[in-house]
Amino acid sequence: MILGRAFEDMCAQMYYRGKMFGFVHLYNGQEAVSTGFIKLLKQQDSVVSTYRDHVHALSKGVPARAVMSELFGKTTGCCRGQGGSMHMFSREHNLLGGFAFIGEGIPVATGAAFTSKYKREVLKEADCDHVTLAFFGDGTCNNGQFFECLNMAALWKLPIVFVVENNLWAIGMSHLRATSDPQIYKKGPAFGMPGIHVDGMDVLKVREVAKDAIGRARRGEGPTLVECETYRFRGHSLADPDELRDPAEKAHYAARDPITALKKYLIENSLASEADLKAIDKKIDEVVEDAVEFADESPVPSQSQLLENVFADPKGFGIGPDGRYRCEDPKFTEGTAHV
Amino acid sequence: MAATFHGVGATVAALSSSSSSSSPSNSFGSKKLLSSPSRSFSVRKRASFTMVRSEGSMNFDLNSKGRRAQQLIANAVATKADSSPASSSSKPGHELLLFEALREGLEEEMERDPRVCVMGEDVGHYGGSYKVTKGLATKFGDLRVLDTPIAENSFTGMGIGAAMTGLRPVVEGMNMGFLLLAFNQISNNCGMLHYTSGGQFTIPIVIRGPGGVGRQLGAEHSQRLESYFQSIPGIQMVACSTPYNAKGLMKAAIRSENPVILFEHVLLYNLKERIPDEDYICNLEEAEMVRPGEHVTILTYSRMRYHVMQAAKTLVNKGYDPEVIDIRSLKPFDLYTIGNSVKKTHRVLIVEECMRTGGIGASLIAAITENFNDYLDAPIMCLSSQDVPTPYAGTLEEWTVVQPAQIVAAVEQLCQ
Repeated sequence: MILGRAFEDMCAQMYYRGKMFGFVHLYNGQEAVSTGFIKLLKQQDSVVSTYRDHVHALSKGVPARAVMSELFGKTTGCCRGQGGSMHMFSREHNLLGGFAFIGEGIPVATGAAFTSKYKREVLKEADCDHVTLAFFGDGTCNNGQFFECLNMAALWKLPIVFVVENNLWAIGMSHLRATSDPQIYKKGPAFGMPGIHVDGMDVLKVREVAKDAIGRARRGEGPTLVECETYRFRGHSLADPDELRDPAEKAHYAARDPITALKKYLIENSLASEADLKAIDKKIDEVVEDAVEFADESPVPSQSQLLENVFADPKGFGIGPDGRYRCEDPKFTEGTAHV
Repeated sequence: MAATFHGVGATVAALSSSSSSSSPSNSFGSKKLLSSPSRSFSVRKRASFTMVRSEGSMNFDLNSKGRRAQQLIANAVATKADSSPASSSSKPGHELLLFEALREGLEEEMERDPRVCVMGEDVGHYGGSYKVTKGLATKFGDLRVLDTPIAENSFTGMGIGAAMTGLRPVVEGMNMGFLLLAFNQISNNCGMLHYTSGGQFTIPIVIRGPGGVGRQLGAEHSQRLESYFQSIPGIQMVACSTPYNAKGLMKAAIRSENPVILFEHVLLYNLKERIPDEDYICNLEEAEMVRPGEHVTILTYSRMRYHVMQAAKTLVNKGYDPEVIDIRSLKPFDLYTIGNSVKKTHRVLIVEECMRTGGIGASLIAAITENFNDYLDAPIMCLSSQDVPTPYAGTLEEWTVVQPAQIVAAVEQLCQ
């Protein structure tokens, strides 16, 4: 959680210094959800996120260096600089994205869960119990893809957990103004799956709920809908002036900062000392500084990278007038060909 | 309007009657000239699959002028209807309908690779609304041939997620028009995800379904989505038109690591042809030479191929020698086959079923003008459907789509 917070704060700094551009959506305040869920996963389990995906990536194990480089648009980024803030992917860590349109990732997550079931039942990999987590927000819960996937996941008992990060705001649209029945967790049973509400600012409570839900999925008992009540301390994105939210509401949730809460818990229960916690803070600062340095020093993509990765099989660019496949043209590897 | 394709029955009748007239292809004494060793295998290097081209079902009454044209073509890139495809192999081949050819291709790939699966509405127990997946659920199970709820955007996205995690799904749109609901997933994830992930995830998905103007199906069931999808980067689009290339393209699409959209046509499912017994695929990026000629290049695809061939009969009787190419690969275009033809005939007519505005023809004109402008003796002509929602009334529907008489008139105008 500390890594997530420090990283996102650094992102804000870097953004205002002109090191990264575009839409950057920070996760400050929601760390308990990411940590509470993702730290229970194995490497082969999959995570699907939204545009607010930096911390999901970090929790899943993507190195801070790779994420920072990606944000700086450098070729050493986890997606070679081609994805950016909203498209974090990692094959190694089974992070299936990073999606810019809301709701877009939920079917993809459903597909990953389908693959898990398929591997077990069709390909007879009997021990395949991979679970998929789909993270998305309150705004997404009014979107068709959400409901369609709840239906399919329950229908086929897919090993997936739908995690709603309800931070009450979809940019400037309050959840209460957008939703006829704001209690999202109640929509689970309508589709035949348990719907659970949890305090998303308390990492230990989230973890308890997550254990249950992930356990259910792993045992083949089907999906769960978990609604985490949480809050983002910053605006929707770094471009959002955040004028609509009531300062009293912000203060209320700031008092429930998950990191402060956990620190307090650890100290009170003698699980860690002040010195231990300070050491963690310091270590994380070093990690984040190192990530920034690495990203700064990394090279920007050269033009030769432009046409790579458009197709897995570059024959898809077709046959040129001279009879050769266009990808055999040297201009392709130079990135100067026109496609 | 005698031979327009308004019904499935009419289609079969028209084709089977004309194919019987050309099957004694030994009426062409010049057949020998076409039998050069490189006949079946194009100049380009191929993969290790057996590629047997066949034009078995193509039908033309070539008069003496036609034969002369044949004699000029000593080394055609593709074969003509000189023999059934089986003549170059020891097995007799087997006859089937286009939808059966699609099924055969799909079934063979499913047997070959257990990761290949099917998803779509009514593909399982119902066997597919056009019977392309009939029997497959019984054979492979309900999970491998998955009946989905009616949620195109979500089950297409599910197919994409499955493809990213190791499966090879074939997603069926019951009618291509329904895939408009899946445009989000097709454009953003299918097309772009390989790139935005820096090449980490591949999407070896096939999206297929019937489209095109049918027989009074109404505006929404008569759409041509190839024009809407063509701008999406990262996808390939192919259109099948014969049982031979239907099976070949289906197999190639499934084996491809790229996302491929396979366009079938509602009126072509009952075409019959004899296809080889042995394994073959059709190259996804190549066009198909249907009828070599000298005077004009006619570029077409899918159902319009048959209108063109109908017109070709009339044209040949009038003394013209059209070269007909089924472009097959709608994205990317096979500029080699097309270019060679343009360089030979210097006149181009495009016949398509897309709307006039922003259709495949529009892109094709741009591509040809960009690459082969110097070889053109006349402006490129393009016959497309009218920019009109397809009307229900039969007479009106006929007038929205290009008919053989218009093709004949266009060629006459082009060759003035």
